[in-house]
Amino acid sequence: MTDIAWIDLALASARPKALGALLRYFRNLDTAEEAFQEACLRAIRTWPEKGPPRDPTAWLIFVGRNSGIDAVRKRAKIQALPDEDQISDKEDAESDIADRLDDSHYRDDILRLLFICCHPDLPATQQIALALRIVSGLSVTQIARAFLVSESAMEQRITRAKARVAKAGVPFETPSPQERAERLVIVSTMIYLIFNEGYSQADPEQEAAAFSDEAIRLARLMLHIFPAEPELMGLLSLMLLQISRRQARFSAEDEIVLLEDQDRSLWNQPLINEALALLDKALRHRKPGPYQLQAAIAAVHSRAKRAADTDWVEIDLLYRALERVQPSPVVTLNRAVVVSKLNGPQEALDLIEPLGEKLDGYFYYHGLRGNLLKQLGRITPARIAFDRAIALAHSAAEAAHIRRQIDKMQEEAAQPAAK
Amino acid sequence: MLYAILCYANEETVFTWTQEEEAAVMGNLHAVIEPLAAAGKLGPTGRLMPTTAATTVRKGRDEAFVVDGPFAETKEALLGFYTVDFETLDEAIAFSKQLSAVNPGSTSYEIRPFYTFRPGEIAS
Repeated sequence: MTDIAWIDLALASARPKALGALLRYFRNLDTAEEAFQEACLRAIRTWPEKGPPRDPTAWLIFVGRNSGIDAVRKRAKIQALPDEDQISDKEDAESDIADRLDDSHYRDDILRLLFICCHPDLPATQQIALALRIVSGLSVTQIARAFLVSESAMEQRITRAKARVAKAGVPFETPSPQERAERLVIVSTMIYLIFNEGYSQADPEQEAAAFSDEAIRLARLMLHIFPAEPELMGLLSLMLLQISRRQARFSAEDEIVLLEDQDRSLWNQPLINEALALLDKALRHRKPGPYQLQAAIAAVHSRAKRAADTDWVEIDLLYRALERVQPSPVVTLNRAVVVSKLNGPQEALDLIEPLGEKLDGYFYYHGLRGNLLKQLGRITPARIAFDRAIALAHSAAEAAHIRRQIDKMQEEAAQPAAK
Repeated sequence: MLYAILCYANEETVFTWTQEEEAAVMGNLHAVIEPLAAAGKLGPTGRLMPTTAATTVRKGRDEAFVVDGPFAETKEALLGFYTVDFETLDEAIAFSKQLSAVNPGSTSYEIRPFYTFRPGEIAS
């Protein structure tokens, strides 16, 4: 790795901590961002010469804080500043800050930083864009390309989201344990949204795939500062298990390869091992939550050497538990896949038919329904369901996948004797 | 004299390496250790999963108890390590509790799963 690449990585990984601390200090997101930006520029100028500081994060906070104060002073003297004795120009102040800012201090800063991106007034896509811009420091260009919108449109979207968050006000007091737990849940949901944004619509070569890596990085960071949260372990485990299949999910022709057809030798075994270790740890807490259960389901697949070895009974039990913990038509839809494996397509179809009203706008609902009808030999209704799925597909690969099923179904219907 | 060389690094940076960056680093490390292996001077080597995957068995008043971690505040030094093959975390915990019971100097045993393992061989 070159020096510059190393510095880039160090700056990116220090960003949430440093920006979070600067936000607490300046209580203004724009000022904090500018201060961090300035600190990064100085780091790029000085680190290659002098070598990296002992604690890069503390260095960035220290330099960012001083440059932010200068900037605020220059602009106007309207913003209240902390006492002068808190602002030191001495070199050794860096180690001082480092001593005071251990991980327990960073926790609430980072959590607050992520939490403000999850403002309930913001639609999910804006929450994701804001978090990627502010917390992860991705460029507007990168985010715009992944969302398939123009750069100016994305710039506008982020500016508007920031304004809305600023208007709503950011809670700066130290959260109570219950508030902290609530924030953790909200932030976890957003991290998983970021992951899915990257994972569901993109093959590994595409821009949005980086979102999945970023979500995993954020989850690692959260788990690092909240090391005893079983649901965080579950979340990271779940994402690692899903991403471990990245190389197997698309064929050389960019077509979707279903789990049961994937070449399991392409699965990333070290990631699976880490995920299983995390899940093992999480389950010992005896506080099962939705992420742990989903990770446990993904783990059953990962443990099967071949698709035929899959323990569907175990998966069915886990889905039933998930339905209890987090009842949702989507969970029931997923369980229907298991039911079709265990008891055949008719029983699965009976299970999902009542969900039609709630899931009418959902690609997977119509995809699965078409597939079950196809298995039952009901060609015409299957065709209608597949057409509906194509209309709702998020990506070209999803649409192409359904089209292949239609083609196959029609071929089989045309030559019933060939079988 | 035998030495255990323990690698410490900033996890937040190391675990953001891309696959290519990681492969490059591992390749460089391989080049450094290979002559040692060829000379019969390399013992077991292993790359540990991050501390978030770790579990600690800590000495209690009566029985040792199990906590997640190590936590960032942990200041104890690492004194040695065992390489063992267990089916489950429970077995590893039971083993660690046995160690904890007979070692008056110990404060904790950290259980860290391996990413990779190379048994190695020391000639002399």
